[in-house]
Amino acid sequence: MREWIAFWNILVKDMRAYYLKPPNISWGLIFPLAWTGMFFVKSGGEVSSVMSLLPGVVTLSILFGTTSMLAVTVTFEKRNRSFERLLLAPISLELLMLAKTSGAIAFGVANAFVPIVMGAFLADLSGVAWPSVVPAVVLIAVASAFLGLFIAVSVSEVFEAQTFSNFFRFPMIFLCGLFFPIEKLPTFLKPLSYMLPLTYGADILHGAFSGSSVLPPVADFGLLLLFCLLLFIVSLKNVRTRWIL
Amino acid sequence: MGIQESGRVRNEPSPGNFSVSGMAKGAGPPLIEVCGLAKSFGQVPAVVDVDFEVGEGELFGFLGPNGAGKTTIINMLTGLARPDAGSIRIAGIDCSLDPKAAQHLVGIVPDESNLYPELTGFDNLCFCGALYGMKKKAREARARDLLKEFGLSEAAGRKFGGYSKGMKRRLTIAAGIIHEPRILFLDEPTTGIDVSGARQIRRVVSDLHGGGTTIFLTTHYIEEAERLCDRIAFIVSGRIIRTDTVERLIEPVLERHVMHIAFSRRVPELDKKLASAFPRIECCVQGEGLVRIEADEPVRVGPIVRFFEEQGVEVTEARRMRPSLEDVFVRITGIEAEAMRKEKEKMGGGV
Repeated sequence: MREWIAFWNILVKDMRAYYLKPPNISWGLIFPLAWTGMFFVKSGGEVSSVMSLLPGVVTLSILFGTTSMLAVTVTFEKRNRSFERLLLAPISLELLMLAKTSGAIAFGVANAFVPIVMGAFLADLSGVAWPSVVPAVVLIAVASAFLGLFIAVSVSEVFEAQTFSNFFRFPMIFLCGLFFPIEKLPTFLKPLSYMLPLTYGADILHGAFSGSSVLPPVADFGLLLLFCLLLFIVSLKNVRTRWIL
Repeated sequence: MGIQESGRVRNEPSPGNFSVSGMAKGAGPPLIEVCGLAKSFGQVPAVVDVDFEVGEGELFGFLGPNGAGKTTIINMLTGLARPDAGSIRIAGIDCSLDPKAAQHLVGIVPDESNLYPELTGFDNLCFCGALYGMKKKAREARARDLLKEFGLSEAAGRKFGGYSKGMKRRLTIAAGIIHEPRILFLDEPTTGIDVSGARQIRRVVSDLHGGGTTIFLTTHYIEEAERLCDRIAFIVSGRIIRTDTVERLIEPVLERHVMHIAFSRRVPELDKKLASAFPRIECCVQGEGLVRIEADEPVRVGPIVRFFEEQGVEVTEARRMRPSLEDVFVRITGIEAEAMRKEKEKMGGGV
């Protein structure tokens, strides 16, 4: 019970201090709007293209929203040593890191629904398999948040967090089948695509929006979950070895 | 410069008022037990084979220069660093095996205020209470009490980032005790604080100790350690050189006679000349125009003034000094207190 009081308050504090701040809300709205608008214009404004664009735009919105926020906030707290206060609290490291990432996950999920709401005005979304979309969005947000955590524990300065985030994020735009099918990638890049968690998230969303997935949903969900666990375990290990000297 | 005539704030046990284990008399059973503690960073040893015990209700001080290993030891005791060797027991809990287990018993005030700049003073305290599992009503009531106690009620609604250094330090101490810990770790509590702020903080520490909290304090200010602590450990280069009660530490120098002589200009090879003129005194030149004289018998001022006049130098002041912990520290560690102070001030500290 005591640990959960701490968990809840860390989450609420992060939401108040970081995620619900006006600049971040506007970033959370403008960024997905810009992505959606850009791809919609690029596609010639065809309504039919919305269904093929939405999975990529939703995934990108989550990826950029969560990784940026988490990597920067954790690095910032580490830099001004307030993170030490959390490490010194009688709360397990696993729960502490879950509390720190939960805010980013919620932020990522909220970001995901901005392009979906926009899409609802442009196309008929009644055929979308929502029971797949919702858990996929949550899992993509979890994987992205844990990627942000992995980045945060690997750097020591806020600017490094931004640079290092981009090192992962921009290749993912092209390699994860968000907008360009993996089958059309050069053969040597294909294995790389399947080593990235977003590939599986995007595949679930493509299946849910337009029925064009490569892998069966169970495999996608399983592999995405596996990536989440792996990133979390590696991040915890990094925290233990790098921050608890 | 100079040694203060420091009166102890509280706890004035008479010399010899200590237990066999070395803990101050009146202190309870050992609450912190450290044995063979060691830690290196790469090839650099930071802490070497450190042993000590702190009794319940005791105010135990670590006194040493920068880089002596004080913060590293606190970090190991609180779970922020892993020892390479040795054991730590807090209230009987083996922290080297499970560093998280004892964390609800301890409060920590780090050497730099590390609260959240974007939160108000009140919210910071409430958040820290929540980290220790305190329920909303309890932590809010405690936060209000602490803000009042620490003279911060009016600043409760202001963001921590806008506080002065002294206010930040006080709020950080309040945050360290919001969950009413049995043990409070205070790392350099007055570093970088002005004189009145430092005095306020010392009063707070004294009151907490008076209230029964066991306090582990690190400092490089000798006067502070002498005023506050029941027992002190001198730590240099990661090793504890000596641990004892203030009274026992001072005992060997109490019978010594100390005098500071200030003079108008530099005298070449003054120490050698003084030693040959006064073979029964020990002297230590402490700068361009100051010499410290120590002897086992009262120092007569007349012959010394005459000696300086013969050197063509005018004595501007001769002051008898009460032997203090600084004398003991210098004697045991060979480190001048003034050098320690200057070093810290260079790094942005200084009372």
